[in-house]
Amino acid sequence: MKIVVKLNGRNREWEAAPGATLLSVLRDGPQEPRMTSVKRGCETGDCGACTVLLDGQPVNSCVVAAARAHGHAVTTIEGLAGDPLMTALQAALVEHAAVQCGYCSPGMLVSLYHLLKECRAAGTTPGDHAIREALSGNLCRCTGYVKPVAAATAVAATLAAVGRAEAGAR
Amino acid sequence: MTDFVNNRAGGAQVGRNVTKIDAFKLARGEPVYTDDVHPAGMLWAKVLGSPHAHARILDVDASRALALPGVVDVAWHRQVKPILHTRAGQSHPEPSPYDTVIMPDKARHMGDRVAIVVAETLAIAEQALGLIDVKYEVLPALTDMDEALARTDVLVHEVADPRGIAEGGRSNVAARIDKQVGDVSAALKTCDHVVERTYWLPRVQASHIEPHVAISWLDEDGRLVVRTSTQVPFHLRRILARILELKEADIRVVKPRVGGGFGDKQEMVMEDIVALMTLRTKRPVRLEFTRTEELTSARCRHPQRIVMTTGVMNDGTIIANRMNVTADTGAYGSHALTVQGNTGQKVLPMYPCANIHFQVTCLYTNNPISGAFRGYGAPQGCFALESHIDEVAKVLGMDRLELRKKNHIRLGDTDPLSAKLGEGREGLSRVIRSTGLETAIEMGCDAIGWTRKRPPSAPHLRRGLGMALAMQGSGIAGVDWGAATVKLNEDGSVNLAVGATDIGQGSDTVLAQMCAQELGISYEKVRVLSSDTDLTPFDVGAYASSTTYVSGGAVVKAAQQMRDQLAGVFAEKWACPAGDVVFGDDNVSCGPDKAMTMAELATHALYAAKMQPAATASHMSNESPPPFAAQFADVEVDPETGEVFLRRFVSAVDCGTPIHPGMAEGQIEGAVSQAIGYALFEEVIVDRAGKVKNPNFLDYKIASALDMPEMVTILVPTMEPSGPYGVKAAGEVPIDGPAPAIVNAICDAVGARLCRIPATPERVWRQIKEAGE
Ligand code: FES
Ligand code: FES
Repeated sequence: MKIVVKLNGRNREWEAAPGATLLSVLRDGPQEPRMTSVKRGCETGDCGACTVLLDGQPVNSCVVAAARAHGHAVTTIEGLAGDPLMTALQAALVEHAAVQCGYCSPGMLVSLYHLLKECRAAGTTPGDHAIREALSGNLCRCTGYVKPVAAATAVAATLAAVGRAEAGAR
Repeated sequence: MTDFVNNRAGGAQVGRNVTKIDAFKLARGEPVYTDDVHPAGMLWAKVLGSPHAHARILDVDASRALALPGVVDVAWHRQVKPILHTRAGQSHPEPSPYDTVIMPDKARHMGDRVAIVVAETLAIAEQALGLIDVKYEVLPALTDMDEALARTDVLVHEVADPRGIAEGGRSNVAARIDKQVGDVSAALKTCDHVVERTYWLPRVQASHIEPHVAISWLDEDGRLVVRTSTQVPFHLRRILARILELKEADIRVVKPRVGGGFGDKQEMVMEDIVALMTLRTKRPVRLEFTRTEELTSARCRHPQRIVMTTGVMNDGTIIANRMNVTADTGAYGSHALTVQGNTGQKVLPMYPCANIHFQVTCLYTNNPISGAFRGYGAPQGCFALESHIDEVAKVLGMDRLELRKKNHIRLGDTDPLSAKLGEGREGLSRVIRSTGLETAIEMGCDAIGWTRKRPPSAPHLRRGLGMALAMQGSGIAGVDWGAATVKLNEDGSVNLAVGATDIGQGSDTVLAQMCAQELGISYEKVRVLSSDTDLTPFDVGAYASSTTYVSGGAVVKAAQQMRDQLAGVFAEKWACPAGDVVFGDDNVSCGPDKAMTMAELATHALYAAKMQPAATASHMSNESPPPFAAQFADVEVDPETGEVFLRRFVSAVDCGTPIHPGMAEGQIEGAVSQAIGYALFEEVIVDRAGKVKNPNFLDYKIASALDMPEMVTILVPTMEPSGPYGVKAAGEVPIDGPAPAIVNAICDAVGARLCRIPATPERVWRQIKEAGE
C-alpha cells in the first residue's frame, strides 16, 4: 500500500503493509532515514514514547494506522530541530537534569511543545496541573516527573514574560 | 581499606550540577539506543512462548513456519546444546543456581522459551509463530508458594545441580538461609512484649520504558558482536562464551545508551537468543520484547511473605528481632539467594540488638521469573520492618518516632549480620563510619510537619502521617570492583574508558566530573567511553548502587596516577620538585613563573618527552557504607471508598557527599515514584494457572505525572571516608521507605493496618471495616 505523508515538512512516499502502524513505518524502516526519536514502549497507546504530531495534534503513533496518515502532516522531534520553542524546551529539560535515561524525553517534548504552543496562542500560562495533564500520557520511570515539570514550568514562565514584554511594546 | 584523601587539584568539578554529557542527544532523539541502528541484512527474531505454565516440550515441528517465504531459521531445544548456567548477571562464580539452558525441554512458566524464529521482517516472524506445531505434555502448575513447598511429587527443576540449587531434585526449594546472631528464642522469653505480624509483598515489574532489546552480528573478523541494552556487559561476555562455546576473545559486547534498567537488565534476558541465531544464520539478528513479554517473561521483584517477631522492653528497648521470609523466585532461580539475603541484611541492621534471627525459604514455582529490581530485596524487608515498628510502638503505647530514635543504628555501630551474610558467602562486617540519619529524621519531620498535622482538606476525608527509615549499601563489599583507563591528548583533553555502565543514571557524567577534578581540568574536556568489552577495562556493571562509589574510586585512582606522571614531566622540563607541581583551572604550575596550560604540557609530553600520559587503575572496596533515608508521607483517606490520596512525600537522604546533587535528587525522585506504585497500585496479577492477567500498561499501571504528590527531596550530606570525595550510593535506598511510610500514614489516618500492599481502595476499605469491628 502506498502512503503519501508530509513528514517534517517534506513529502514522502511510503510502502506500508496493510495494518502497519504509523510507529512502525516511522521507526522500523525500511525507508530511511528512520525517525529514531519515535520510541516503542508499549504499542498499546499507554506510554507516550511514540508521541508525534499529526496535523499538529499529539498522537500515540503506535495506535494510529499508517494509512490514517495518508495525505496528512506528521511532525517528529527531528522536524522541530531549530524550532525556538522546541530548542528552549530541550535546553530546559537538560539543564534541569530532567533527562535521565532519556527514552521518554522525545515523547514528553512533543507533548509539552503542543501544550505551550496552544497556551501561547490562547495567551495563557499553564500551571502545574495543566503541565501534568499534558504529560499524563507520557510515562517516565526514571524521574518521578519532578524535574520535567519544573523544566516545563520554567519555559512557560519565560514565554509568559516574553509575551508580556511583547504586549508592552505594542 | 582504602580511604580517599582530599585531592590536590583545584577547581570544583565535583559537587555541582554540570550538564549531563549525553542529555542533549537523548533529547534530540538521536540514534543512540540499541534499536536505533540496524545493521544491513538484519533479521528479526521472535520467541514462541509456552502457553502452559508447566509442560514438557515433546516435539516441535517447524516445517510449516520454515515454508513461509521470508522465514530464515527456527531453533528449539533439540538443536541447541543444553549447558546449565544462570542468566543472573553476577560476578563469577555466581551465587545463583545453574538451573537454566538456552532452550529448555520443559516450559516452567507461561511464556518460557519454546522456539525462536528469525525472518526478514518482524511481520513475517510474528506470522511464523502461529505456524509452529508443538507437542506438549502438560504438567501440574505450581503457582502457590506453600503448595510448592509442600509438594515433592511435582518439581519445577528435577535435576540436581552441582552448582547451587539448594535442594535440587528433592524439593522446590531454590535457596535457604538461616543465620542467627545471639539467641532469639531465648531472648524473646525475657522480653516485656513480643509482637508478631505477617506481611505480604506483591510481584511488581521494573517497567523501564525501553524494553529489553539486543542486536548481534558477526564482524569482519568473524567475531560475535552483541549490541544490547544491558547493565552487565562483562558478565554477559563471560556467560555467552561459556554457553555458546566461544572464546571471550571472540565476543564483543557493546552497550549503547540504555532506556532504563532498574535491575531488570542485570540479567541475560535475551542476548543468548540473538547470539545463537546469528551464529546459526551468520546474519545480524534483532530481538526486542513487547510490553506483554516484559510483564510475563522478563524479571519481577520477588513476592514475599514475611513474619516479623520482635521482643521489646517496656521502655522501648528492642531485645530481639526475627525475620522469616518465604519468597517466590518463579520458574528460575536468578538472584534467588542474594535478593532474599538482602531482605534481611540490608534491613535488620537498622535496629541493632544482640539477638537477630534471619530465615529464608525461597521457592521455585511456575510463576513468572523473579530477579533483580532496584532495592534488591530491601524494599520487601523494609516494608515489613518499618510497618512492624509502628505496630510495636502501638503495643507499647509509645510514640513511633521516639521508638525509632531510641533504637536506630548510629555512628560507630557495627552490623553483625553483614559478617554472616555476604553475597552468598561469608561477608565482611561493617562499621558505620558516616551517617546523617539523625539529621535526616529531623529535617524530614520538619518538612512534613510531623508535630503539626494538617487538617483534612474535606470533611469526609481522614488525614494521616507516616514515616519509615531505610538503609542500603554502596556496592557489594569485597566483591564489586571496576577499572578505569585515562589517556591525555595533545589538546589537553582526556579519554576516560570505564567498564562502568551508564543506564540513564548519569554515571558517565559523574565519572567525568571525578576525572576532571583530579586533573584540574573542566569536565567538558573529558570524553567518556563506557561499557564496550573490547575497548574498556572491566567492571562488574551497574547494580547494587555501586557505580559512583566503586567505579568512581577507580577513576580517581587512574587520574591521580596520570597526574603524578604529568607532574614528573613538568618537573623535568622546569627543573622543579614534582611534589610542588599544582594542577587546576586547566593549568599546571610550580610557583608563579613556571606554568603551562594542560594542552601545552600534553603537547610537550607527546612530542618532546615522547611519552603517553595514561594510566589504568582498579578499585574495590571492602566496605559497603550504607546510605540512609528518612521518608515521610502525608495522606488523606476516604473511608467510604478506601481511596488514598498521597498529598506530600518527603525524602531526606544521606548519600554521602553527592558529586552531582541534581542527579542524586533525580535518583531519589525516580525511586520514590516507583515505590509509590509499589505502595498503592502496582501488582503483576497471576492466576492459579500461572497466567499474567494484566500484561500491559493499561492494566499494570505505573505512576503518571498525575499520580505524584508534592515531592520534597532533601540531601543530607555526610563525608564517607571510604568513598571518593565522601560519596555513598543514592540509587536504591530511597525506594525502600515509601511503601511503609505511606501504609503507616494510612494507618494513622483511619486506624487500619494494611499488612499487604498495594493498598488498593478495596483493600483499604476492607481493612477499615475489619478494624471497625
Ligand atoms: S509505544 Fe505508543 S504509547 Fe507506548
Ligand atoms: S528519563 Fe527514563 S523513562 Fe523518563
